[in-house]
Amino acid sequence: MSARKCLLSVLGVFMGLLATLIAATETRAGETIILQSTTSTQNSGLLDYLLPKFTRKTGIAVKVVAVGTGQALKNAARGDGDVVLVHARALEDAFMRAGFGALRRDVMYNDFVIVCPEDDPAGIKGLKDAAVALRKIAETKTRFVSRGDDSGTHKKEMELWRAARIDPRKESGSWYLEAGRGMGATLNMAAAMGACTLTDRATWIAHNNRGDLTIVVEGDARLFNPYGVILVNPKRHPHVKEKAARAFIDWLTGPEGQRLIAAYRMKGRQLFFPMRLKRDKSVGHESNARK
Amino acid sequence: MHLDADVLEVVGLSLEVSLSAVLIAAIIGMPAGAALALWRFRGRQPVVVLITALMGLPPVLLGLIVYLMLSRSGPLGVLGLLYTPAAMIIAQTLLVLPIVVALSQRVIAGMWEEYAELMQSLNVRGWRLIATMLYEARFALMTVGLAAFGRAIAEVGAVMIVGGNINHATRVMTTAIALETSRGNLALAVALGVVLLLLALVVNAGVHIIARISGEKDMVSA
Repeated sequence: MSARKCLLSVLGVFMGLLATLIAATETRAGETIILQSTTSTQNSGLLDYLLPKFTRKTGIAVKVVAVGTGQALKNAARGDGDVVLVHARALEDAFMRAGFGALRRDVMYNDFVIVCPEDDPAGIKGLKDAAVALRKIAETKTRFVSRGDDSGTHKKEMELWRAARIDPRKESGSWYLEAGRGMGATLNMAAAMGACTLTDRATWIAHNNRGDLTIVVEGDARLFNPYGVILVNPKRHPHVKEKAARAFIDWLTGPEGQRLIAAYRMKGRQLFFPMRLKRDKSVGHESNARK
Repeated sequence: MHLDADVLEVVGLSLEVSLSAVLIAAIIGMPAGAALALWRFRGRQPVVVLITALMGLPPVLLGLIVYLMLSRSGPLGVLGLLYTPAAMIIAQTLLVLPIVVALSQRVIAGMWEEYAELMQSLNVRGWRLIATMLYEARFALMTVGLAAFGRAIAEVGAVMIVGGNINHATRVMTTAIALETSRGNLALAVALGVVLLLLALVVNAGVHIIARISGEKDMVSA
């Protein structure tokens, strides 16, 4: 083969590749929206359960990018998403105030729990006050793994430290460890090093590598964990697929989506409680002591 | 994740993304590497140093840069490429390009000592010299491609950011392993890792076999 022939064939391959590339980027039949969501909704399997049912009904495919709440909102603010499903009310409100969102609705809730090794090194088992429990963790210098990633869970944790009037970041690197990772990865770390952490109940139940961690604190009203869905503002980002995104929000907060959320079970347990099928509003009503 | 169709899909996308990236990087990077080895021009040495340094570029940093480019608020946002396989191919192409250029340059420079006299006597220069030398070095360049493929297929930081690890869309082996690890499904994560390893093994063995068969044919015809 001459050098010229070689070059020609290489060029041919290149053109073919370019064609496949372009074909791959074109969306297949039917509309697709991007949902910026949190690791808890993905790691718990909820979205894998809900979204195919929505797609079957409407023909709209939903692509999920699962990151922390803080990052999800930042990505959406840049226009990299059509819908946001997150859990940090203060951040959501700020997002709406800044004009990045066109519509926000409550979707569902569950609660946060504090998990520690079985032998309860901080002596907080059964406490009903989450702030008191955190203060005892600080006093006993029990290792605590923080998400440290501006996620909804991290925001909640910082709120609880403030209520306990403790700034754990002063101790960062000693007993207080900022992982900067998702909920599942943080649980892996806590299990591996015998540390305590704050987790949402859905990820906790779904997680398969808990080591000897167990729930020690639950039921504090401050541990309430509501999720909201937001339509990214089409006025700000004209490429947002408003119609499809609204259809998704209506479905998720409508009777069908809400019933499915309530019906979702993992290991025989309900993980999320729909906000718009009003029934029992108390948190931690479903006792989760590890059997 | 189910260990059947889903895994095949993920394996397929991994191969598609990484092989495309390596192919594009080879088409751009091998001639560039040869040019760096064969042409004498001002600023050649600083370019070589820069490209060698870029071989160590952290994938997550590159991913972030590509994300900022392709984001709807970025300069290339109108293309709508973020969270698509195309974005992942772009990121991995940029990731392996310095490797392809630097290693190709070394391969061609090494061969030049052998070929310099012949090429000069035949008065082969410029683009033709590059094409000829690339052809002569084709088997050594396969190893360059393999090194690039190894880096691309094993990389998680860049594809996670620009692809988004979207199920049935942009989930590849490495991001699937990261996800299953974060779900605490460590056994499944390790199983996926073994599949990834086998994949790399098969591709490597395949290239070696091709190189060997073609090498033998060349010797027969020579």
